[in-house]
Amino acid sequence: MKSLSMRKRGFGVEHIILTLWALVVLFPLWTMVVNSFKFKNDIILDPFWLPHRVNYGGYLAVFKDSPFPLYFLNSMIVTVLSLFLIMLFGSLAAYGCVRWRIRVSRWIYLFFIAGLTVPIKIGSINLLLMMRNLHLLDTYWSVIPVYVAGGMPIALLTLFEFIRSIPQEFTEAAVMDGAGSWRIFSSIILHLVRPALATVAIFNLVPVWNDLWFPLIFIRQDAQRTLMLGVTRLWGQYYTDWAKILAVLSLSCVPVLILYLSMAKQFISSLTAGAIKG
Amino acid sequence: MQSAPAGRIRWYGAGWMLYILPALLVYIVFMVFPVVNSMRLSFYTGSGYQLTNYVGFDNFVKLFNGSEASIRFLNAFKNTWIFFAIHMLVQNSLGLLFALLLSGRVFRGRGIFRTIIFIPATLSPLVTGYVWQLILNPNWGALNKLLTGIGLGSLALPWLGNTNTALPVVSLVSSWQWVGLPTMMFLAGLDRISAELFEAAEIDGATHWQLVARIKLPLILPIVGIVSILTFVGNFNAFDGIYALEGADGQPLYSTDVMGTFFYRTGIAGQHPAGIPDMGLGAAVATLTFIVLIAGILVARRLTQARDESLSGGRIVRP
Repeated sequence: MKSLSMRKRGFGVEHIILTLWALVVLFPLWTMVVNSFKFKNDIILDPFWLPHRVNYGGYLAVFKDSPFPLYFLNSMIVTVLSLFLIMLFGSLAAYGCVRWRIRVSRWIYLFFIAGLTVPIKIGSINLLLMMRNLHLLDTYWSVIPVYVAGGMPIALLTLFEFIRSIPQEFTEAAVMDGAGSWRIFSSIILHLVRPALATVAIFNLVPVWNDLWFPLIFIRQDAQRTLMLGVTRLWGQYYTDWAKILAVLSLSCVPVLILYLSMAKQFISSLTAGAIKG
Repeated sequence: MQSAPAGRIRWYGAGWMLYILPALLVYIVFMVFPVVNSMRLSFYTGSGYQLTNYVGFDNFVKLFNGSEASIRFLNAFKNTWIFFAIHMLVQNSLGLLFALLLSGRVFRGRGIFRTIIFIPATLSPLVTGYVWQLILNPNWGALNKLLTGIGLGSLALPWLGNTNTALPVVSLVSSWQWVGLPTMMFLAGLDRISAELFEAAEIDGATHWQLVARIKLPLILPIVGIVSILTFVGNFNAFDGIYALEGADGQPLYSTDVMGTFFYRTGIAGQHPAGIPDMGLGAAVATLTFIVLIAGILVARRLTQARDESLSGGRIVRP
């Protein structure tokens, strides 16, 4: 398989350009992390290098009487519940759309897919009024149904195509044995569809965890803030405490970053594939 | 064994609707209905949360008739196009360049470069914005220290505070963040090109740049269409990053005000002094954004229509 063009070379032009860009990418992250361990004066004197005296104050302040652990927890609840419901509703509906042998099921599927080009933000004004009427405004529960609804088109597209590609032979025996549609779904389909569920989960994880927009317009009460909404308050409250600001920023990246670095290939393919479909 | 009529599943029965119902309900109630009804609400006005007075096209007229709101709106509209143009120019060209460098040859560190280029796309735009705000701080930010350090002190400007530089700088920060997406999409396209094609061309004595110009570029041209649409939709919805860098007002002097921030101020937060949102006007802004998005997508589709077929084969990249 090794052609001329595939041959390994030493240090080429691509290395130079890509190394330069890698520095441009990593420099802000480096600045964020090293300065979170510095005293304010040291940040101003030298924002580049490792601290010559380490300041854990920023991190201590985050964990001791600050609302950030609570914000973190709120974001965890929102993200986990949203992803779970997207995967659950998405796989159920995709299964129904694939196996229900009447034309309406295709129309319903196309109705879901039509949402791919519509950003849910367009409906913000009405969502705000709805959440107010449902008395969900000011709680983090309000953002969950919005994320689940917004996640449906891509979930349906991914899961529908995946379930349709499952060969009949996998379920034939069970059908002959008299298994109902639910047993076939829960004991066979749900296991086979796991790779596609992972794609759906990753594709939604990043925007849901990182979202500011819906928490910003729905939630005002302090105890209900998600992490990103909490981050926006850093500036006013702790204006001078750079170490704390940077500690919060660094910590807020940790969950997604760890997941990304531990399965970068899957992240890249999921997010790119989702984007292409969208 | 009897050839029974295939189990007891009723393939045509309405029972299947139960599987579809939860997704359909949540999708209709929290997405389809709000989007459609927001458009209806753009014909209404009222105070606070009560949108009860039908005013026809008044809200839309207000966005074009030379009023204060229309000046802000047209300014935000223009800025969004500049924001988009810089992304097309910088983010997508860099993405193409990186994809070309990463494709074809296997070289040491290729996987690491791929991983690094994509890191910012997993970060929150809000965090990205705040971190860059520190780096771009005019007094002690790392960038100006660096410029001064290498003898370019005259370039150590207040990048985010100058009306001439703020919008380009904000666009560049956003491009820095999202360049991984076009890179990986172009790369996915290039990786589909068969190795045999390259081999044949190399044996025929094609140079590296001939390979790029004659084989690679024509084959990834269709992806340009998708990348452009994605950039367009993303940019016309952008808010978080600009909010972090320049606030909801698109400072300085509205020079970084885009559709997202203008929408937030008119429809949700309320204009600066009064702080009372005009939700009908906000709904009108959302409706216009939606119309621009659909028009843009249709134009891009039309421009790349002839190449659509070559895409369908590789649309889904499954892990």
